[in-house]
Amino acid sequence: MKKLFALVAVLLGLKGLAQNQSNQNMGDMMRSDGKIYVVVAVLVVIFCGIIIYLINIDRKVSKLEKETKK
Amino acid sequence: MKNWWKVLCIILLLYTIVWGFLGPIPNLDIIHETIRNLYFHVTMWFGMMILLTVSLYNSIRYLSKSDLKNDIIASEATNVSILLGILGLCTGSIWAKFTWGAWWTNDPQLNGAAITILAYLAYVLLRNSIEEEQKRARISAVYNIFAYVMMVVFIGIIPKFTGVDSLHPGKGGNPGFNTYDLDSHLRAVFYPAIIGWTLLATWIMTIRIRITNLQRTN
Repeated sequence: MKKLFALVAVLLGLKGLAQNQSNQNMGDMMRSDGKIYVVVAVLVVIFCGIIIYLINIDRKVSKLEKETKK
Repeated sequence: MKNWWKVLCIILLLYTIVWGFLGPIPNLDIIHETIRNLYFHVTMWFGMMILLTVSLYNSIRYLSKSDLKNDIIASEATNVSILLGILGLCTGSIWAKFTWGAWWTNDPQLNGAAITILAYLAYVLLRNSIEEEQKRARISAVYNIFAYVMMVVFIGIIPKFTGVDSLHPGKGGNPGFNTYDLDSHLRAVFYPAIIGWTLLATWIMTIRIRITNLQRTN
């Protein structure tokens, strides 16, 4: 039982350590990049728009292909 | 699920855009953050070369089998490659302005890339100038082989000579990014980016091929 407690304690400790580290990295990254994530968000939106447009064209061509096969 | 590769393409490119900007990079002089262009500028050229190889393969197949399907694939692969090449030239020009200080330098790598694009534009002109289908397919297939050799010589061989004065990484005796700068962080985005952009170009290519086939049946 004691061993189990020790194990849980160690695991919890490790988890806490890991969280601390990742939080620090995250904060540093956001600060050092100077809101670069805004640009990333804009690019992702533009990319998604282009992809949705491409999927639409793809579907239209598929429809035409079906119609000409008939 | 025959469209799995389109899903893969979207996932890889979203990963490239997000992690390409937020991911860690090596600390480099002069280049600084612009090393992230590796995921966008360099991948254009990789995609172009991969699609031009697809085009070459189909041209050779056309010459041995005389199947017009191969001719259509070859021509549309070249069309999309030219788009990638022009994007590569423009992005490279911007990158050069902010690292070398000029939009265009008399660099063998830059001029070689420009000559390659011109050679493939000539391919498009040649195709459009011949009316008869089989004749057009045969002549453009032969020209395509010639243009591919030009591409390899002008992008792959001449700029690599140590005697040539080139600023471009990996050319003119300069060490490439892959020898000491391309660390594991860059690789983790660079390789998926190559696959992603190539798949996107392939997607556009397949749509163009299908439209051409529809036009032919009507």
